[in-house]
Amino acid sequence: MNDIWRMIGQRLLFGLLTLFVISVVIFGATELLPGDLARELLGQSATEETLAALRDQLGLNDPAPLRYWNWLTAALQGDFGVSMATKRPIADLVGARLGNTLFLALYAAALSVPISLTLGVLAALWRNSIFDRASNALALTAISIPEFFVAYILVLFLAQSGLFPSMVRITGSTTFGDQLYMSFLPALTLTLVVTAHMMRMTRAAIINLLANPYIEMARLKGMSPLRVVLRHAVPNALAPIINVVALNLAYLITGVVVVEVVFVYPGLGQLMVDAVTNRDIAVVQAIALIFASAYVLLNLIADVLSTISNPRLMHRS
Amino acid sequence: MEKQPLLTIRGLRIEGRSGDAWHEIVKGVDLTLHKGEVLGLIGESGAGKSTIGLAAMGFARDGCRISGGSILFDGIDLRAVPEAERRALRGKRIAYVAQSAAASFNPAHKLIDQYCEGPVVHGVMPREKAEADAVELYRRMRLPNPEEIGFRYPHQVSGGQLQRAMTAMAMSCRPDLIIFDEPTTALDVTTQIEVLAAIRDIVRQFGTAAIYITHDLAVVAQMADRIKVLLRGDEVEEADTRSMLTAPREEYTRSLWAVRSFARAEQPPATGTPVVSVRGVTAGYGAVDVLKDVSFDIHARRTVAVVGESGSGKSTAARVITGLLVPRKGEVLFNGKALPPNFKARSRAELRQCQMIYQMADTALNPKLRLRELIGRPAEMYLGLKGKALESRIRDLLALIELEPDTYIDRLPGELSGGQKQRIGIARALAAEPQLIICDEVTSALDQIVQEGILKLLDRLQSELNLAYMFITHDLATVKAIADEVVVMQQGVVVERGPKTELFGRPHEAYTDLLLSSVPEMDPDWLNRLLASRGEHA
Amino acid sequence: MQILLAVIIGLALFFAIGLASRATLRGLAPAHLVPTFRDMPLTASFGLAVILIYVVVSVLAPVLAPFGESEVMGAQYLPWAAPYHLGTDKLGRDMLTRLIYGARNTVGIAFATTALAFVVGTVLGIWAALVGGWLDQTLSRIVDALMAIPALIFSLLLLTIFGTSVLSLILVIAAVDATRVYRLARSVAQGIVVMDYIEAARLRGEGMWRLIRREILPNAMAPLVAEFGLRFCFVFLAISALSFLGLGIKPPTADWGSMVRENATLITFGDVTPLLPAGAIALLTVAVNFVVDWQLHRASGLKE
Repeated sequence: MNDIWRMIGQRLLFGLLTLFVISVVIFGATELLPGDLARELLGQSATEETLAALRDQLGLNDPAPLRYWNWLTAALQGDFGVSMATKRPIADLVGARLGNTLFLALYAAALSVPISLTLGVLAALWRNSIFDRASNALALTAISIPEFFVAYILVLFLAQSGLFPSMVRITGSTTFGDQLYMSFLPALTLTLVVTAHMMRMTRAAIINLLANPYIEMARLKGMSPLRVVLRHAVPNALAPIINVVALNLAYLITGVVVVEVVFVYPGLGQLMVDAVTNRDIAVVQAIALIFASAYVLLNLIADVLSTISNPRLMHRS
Repeated sequence: MEKQPLLTIRGLRIEGRSGDAWHEIVKGVDLTLHKGEVLGLIGESGAGKSTIGLAAMGFARDGCRISGGSILFDGIDLRAVPEAERRALRGKRIAYVAQSAAASFNPAHKLIDQYCEGPVVHGVMPREKAEADAVELYRRMRLPNPEEIGFRYPHQVSGGQLQRAMTAMAMSCRPDLIIFDEPTTALDVTTQIEVLAAIRDIVRQFGTAAIYITHDLAVVAQMADRIKVLLRGDEVEEADTRSMLTAPREEYTRSLWAVRSFARAEQPPATGTPVVSVRGVTAGYGAVDVLKDVSFDIHARRTVAVVGESGSGKSTAARVITGLLVPRKGEVLFNGKALPPNFKARSRAELRQCQMIYQMADTALNPKLRLRELIGRPAEMYLGLKGKALESRIRDLLALIELEPDTYIDRLPGELSGGQKQRIGIARALAAEPQLIICDEVTSALDQIVQEGILKLLDRLQSELNLAYMFITHDLATVKAIADEVVVMQQGVVVERGPKTELFGRPHEAYTDLLLSSVPEMDPDWLNRLLASRGEHA
Repeated sequence: MQILLAVIIGLALFFAIGLASRATLRGLAPAHLVPTFRDMPLTASFGLAVILIYVVVSVLAPVLAPFGESEVMGAQYLPWAAPYHLGTDKLGRDMLTRLIYGARNTVGIAFATTALAFVVGTVLGIWAALVGGWLDQTLSRIVDALMAIPALIFSLLLLTIFGTSVLSLILVIAAVDATRVYRLARSVAQGIVVMDYIEAARLRGEGMWRLIRREILPNAMAPLVAEFGLRFCFVFLAISALSFLGLGIKPPTADWGSMVRENATLITFGDVTPLLPAGAIALLTVAVNFVVDWQLHRASGLKE
């Protein structure tokens, strides 16, 4: 048992290290920015004095490692600096939107994970049947379609008739039920795309295992196909399935960007696209850091869970 | 004929799919088995013995289908009844023991859970009773700690013990028939004895009928009442064990029996500077020493067999000689001169002198290159042959390994049989014109008749080309056939070495003794005698 | 009713194209490939036909298009009627013309990007697997760190810095995708490097270049080709998404992603015109995926 804790500790440390490297990459990206940040902010007409004053104020004259340290420590306390485009603190811009984006991602996850795991197991159970082939072709199609296409199709069929709103407005007074209703179309879009991926990967993970001699053994012990899959294949497919789920939840995080734009959803993705358009680098950095952290965290959790699910690691001889 | 047979198979035909064509792999086999009887199915790879074994359960692997004949188990026509009924028989009345227990136990569940699954699902007994029963059977299978071993996961139990646990599991519903599909093939010889003895005892105690599938004649001689010989999906002959061993009727059966009679002429003791001299080598991976102070010599025109069970370090010794593994201590001399320890530091001339032939010809030959390039490349590289000269050299080499040059020169490895691939491996080694060839288990993946062909070829080439062989093997029958000198290894240490005649002829080290006595002999009483002499009950 | 009709027409077209293309392929294929095409599922033959049509359209774009790529023809948002068979867009340019040119621009850029990512990723991946040791460690750790940032987010970050020109778009997406190709190429090569024939070639004293060219690449081709198809889909979708977000290919260049964005308002009025370029994107990715799926299925030997 000590081994496994050491292993999990190692994973955690590695996750922290990854986060550190990511923050360096994200910060270092600014260093590559051609031109002078201060001039960019104040425009061509700015005088040398005002430029110098701003540089001083932004700490642009400090050496890069010092500026990185200041940026990181501030970011850890929730202070991401000031947006260049709106001149507002980034923390204020991000705050409420982060909650909205998380809500959307969780909403889609709650819909897609149970559906896709069930479908994946069924497709593996009835492999090469009509059900399997049809769901496989459908899933392949869903994967191949750009998210905005799915989104607009849904708008065309479900919003046009007034069934669901095609734009999402969330204010302080929106109730939870309203939020669920209004966010239904964006969540459904994400669900469709992610379910297809997850289902295919679950099916593949299980079918991969069915070639193992212990599956043949279970069949020769007279076990029913359902029992063979559920009792003999799925426990061994846990690690790949956990990774599949994590991978797709991580995908949800980035998938929201396009979907938020289509549905004018007040989330981080929308904010990021605006910031990229305005080349508002501080905002882009902040959001990239948040997204990347969530991504690393998810992978870390998956890593730890799949380690625990492996009896070879849990029960050393 | 007054007794109703337990299993009657008539005119069984099974087809296998390759690409989109079906071809027959079992061509009309009959089989009769009475209650409590053990039938040995013997044949080389491709004989269809496993397929027939599974068909006795009404089961065909994916990509196979039963296309003709009848399978009658205790009056039930297995081909006619619905799948659910067949399923109810499997595990309950007909059980299966697979070749590799390590791969056939589900890694996610404890042994006892897997034991209890059959009895509980088939409704034979409740869980508590099944658990108590498991302990009893583990004890009868002479597993250590029968009360606790069931609560371990498969990866925590050794291969020999797993195989016994699997036999216990097959017994869990007290079936009428068990199919043993090569249950000891993957085990070391010393472990094999224990498993064979345990299987034989339990089958006798419960009066279970069994079909025992193997390619090893000596093993089947210990286990079976009757033996059926198969060749490419057809029956060759069937007789009770003793008459089959003493008086086989068919030519093919006699050729199977004769394989073990090949033996190399005795050579005078070697003198002069050895081609290769391994001096006090200690080597390993990470902190572990796989080899500890190993020394031996190989002379020209001599074959040194390095023998040991898995984990003895025999392949590691080869890696040190080829320079793939740099030893911590000691050195390798070639014709009396020290070789650079790392192959990257060796010159082309030094690399050329030592060639290697691998166990698995499938992974040793690049599947995308034609034989012309596979064999021609060393000749081109080391000897600078080009154009016409190269072409004629490749043809000579093909002729040397007894393959018709015009037919084979432009083939891909995938278009060859296993034995032919191994011959290409030999030709590639010869193309470099070396002094030493290291043969790493070169015959263990091959059928016995093919093995003999390869051994004879190697023997002929040795005297024609003055070669020295280092022959790594775990198979003592091969050692008896081809070796001049023997090096016995156990856990990285050379236990004993000397001329073959001496080693096989006189009393020796305890381990060598154990190893030699564990090799099954073609005598139905061998196992009884051995167990008696080791003081275990027979 | 409309939906049902659309679905029926779609399915009919799918079967017609699939069957016709399979029959043609069987007729034209060299003898040793005939069995390959005979077993081919309908999805794959449909995919091959669609890919072929796209290639032809993008090569012959100037011949096929009725008008100039960014020629303003008349009023904006004209309905579907001759001579503007698919109407006009927000600036009064012919939709059909822009769709045809879009094939050339969008597909061409995606292809170039994939090819670039592939060459870089494959060479580095095989090299790392073959040499091993510190080189492998260094490259793999760098790739791990880069892959820990979600692809789209990383692309957005890089595009903010380098600006959104076509060249920087190609380089940024190629860089992000090369990391994924590297991973695959390395793991495929690692599977091959442990083979005895590689050990035999090394012991023979073969040089690095020959090992890669004669011993590894021929054995790595099948998975790499399939991966190329999959990568192309990812790149194509990523570029389209960025264009849709207004951060990719810029007007007046005709591009499917930005065409959806420019005309999206029409959808809320029930007009499907903006969905045509989105459908064009989807159709090509579906087609490529169908073909890749078939190839992977064949390679894995998992026959039904």
